[in-house]
Amino acid sequence: MIFQGKVWKFGDNIDTDAIIPARYLTTSEPQELAAHCMEDADPKFVTRMKAGDIIAGGENFGCGSSREHAPIAIKAAGISCVVAKSFARIFYRNAFNMGLPIFESRELFEAIQEGEEIIVDSTSGTITLASKNKTFRINPIPPFMEQLIADGGLMKHIAGK
Amino acid sequence: MGNTITEKILMAHTKLKEISAGQLINAKVDIALGNDITAPIAIKEFIKAQGKKVFDKSKIALVLDHFTPNKDISSAQQCKFIREFALEHKITHFYEGGQVGVEHALLPEKGIVLPGDLVIGADSHTCTYGALGAFATGVGSTDLAAVMLTGELWFKVPQSIKFVINGKLPKWVSGKDLILNIIGRIGVDGALYQAMEFTGKTISKLSMADRLSMANMAIEAGAKNGIFPPDEITTQYVESRAKRPYKFYSSDADAVYSDIIEIDASKLEPQVAFPHLPSNVKGVSKAGKVKIDQSLIGSCTNGRIEDLRIAAKIFKKRKASSNVRLIVVPATPFIYKQAMQEGLLEIFLNAGAVISPPSCGACLGGHLGILAEGERAIATTNRNFVGRMGHPKSEVYLASPAIAAASAILGRIASPEEL
Repeated sequence: MIFQGKVWKFGDNIDTDAIIPARYLTTSEPQELAAHCMEDADPKFVTRMKAGDIIAGGENFGCGSSREHAPIAIKAAGISCVVAKSFARIFYRNAFNMGLPIFESRELFEAIQEGEEIIVDSTSGTITLASKNKTFRINPIPPFMEQLIADGGLMKHIAGK
Repeated sequence: MGNTITEKILMAHTKLKEISAGQLINAKVDIALGNDITAPIAIKEFIKAQGKKVFDKSKIALVLDHFTPNKDISSAQQCKFIREFALEHKITHFYEGGQVGVEHALLPEKGIVLPGDLVIGADSHTCTYGALGAFATGVGSTDLAAVMLTGELWFKVPQSIKFVINGKLPKWVSGKDLILNIIGRIGVDGALYQAMEFTGKTISKLSMADRLSMANMAIEAGAKNGIFPPDEITTQYVESRAKRPYKFYSSDADAVYSDIIEIDASKLEPQVAFPHLPSNVKGVSKAGKVKIDQSLIGSCTNGRIEDLRIAAKIFKKRKASSNVRLIVVPATPFIYKQAMQEGLLEIFLNAGAVISPPSCGACLGGHLGILAEGERAIATTNRNFVGRMGHPKSEVYLASPAIAAASAILGRIASPEEL
């Protein structure tokens, strides 16, 4: 798959409380959660971002609470994928389970500035930063995770077995 | 080549004869947990997958502890949705109202989770049960749905970091201080995807309450699980509680570790994690003059009777500063009753405390103790992220019950030694 969009850059250790604060967890409706996506990291994010945009995170993206509301909020807000230096493990599982595409690249984060556009090609395993004429390799995902994506998430994977 | 306790427990829940770190496995789950925030999504996924029957009604725990007593209409709706599911499927371990406690205090207390178990929970602090010598890890709601349906889940066998902790704990230094110190050393992703195995002479003497506090915060170092070798202290804790068989596992002498970290506990002082990461740790003597507006004593980290006893010892004949809102949250109804019978509640009330019903509310900024802009709290909880307990411009400092109590009295971050 190919994801093309403008990048919103966040730092290290972006926790799930920042992605979707607990005060909004009285619902699990994706659109209601999306309205508060990244609110405690950048209150204006939701009003400024556009569908298809990409989040670039630093180390340990999605640490903290196991709330699946976090990847749900990001996906429902219209973010096409998240590229981070590394992901916290529960967030990593949740993203694959519920179908938010996520990729690991350490180099992209160092090279990119907020607002620049990238093309993520999950088939060829590359990220292209055209404005700087640079291409980065995506860390390959384990074959099992590829299978999960191909099946359409964990529940469909189980149903198929 | 030997195996770690984590590898052995995982292997025992598969048909495999060998196991090693990095391997992807499908394993049977003994207990699967959800709460009033995470269970609604799991139940929706279960229904969407046309689930008709849960795999085993006695192996699922649904605990309505986060936004309860219901804080508003939408949280009441979420609880109602779970209640209807729990009643329809006759879920054995369904807790709400006067039966509910903070899940990670409640499940060990009731003997629902036991040594040797494989436990998953749609709550990141599920790792708490590693204190009993169980493999316990936090997952998301979809994972919980999959387990409710099939009783199994995929896992990547983690590498383990071994912590060897020796030396006598100085006065006022607790399990909470040990784990804060460790997170300060290795960072919030220092054990990412790995198991944290706690061993050493200090650990073998450590109370179950302190072990639960330590295992609870393994996730704050990014770990998959925290685990303690079960021993005599474990037996004392579980034998009267268990209603089914359990098993002790231990690491082989030649088990492989990704790292071994030795710590001299006798050199530690009480620790405080400054905003906004649990790894931002300083000794209390280096805290400086930090004025506080609220002191919260409770949570799945430090809301047990032992924690309340320490706090009560400090509050005896002393009052919280008039500038500090003191909130005490006994973690379960049983602990609440114990605290009442031991006269601790009277001590807290005389000190000026609000005694909250068992709830996770204040810790995660849900309700029952929210911070306003610019306010600071010292809390015996486990997270001090931006906005964790309220306004995005409020601050949370993490510490032990002893430090939270002394700080409430002096109106600033302080050690009981200063009283």
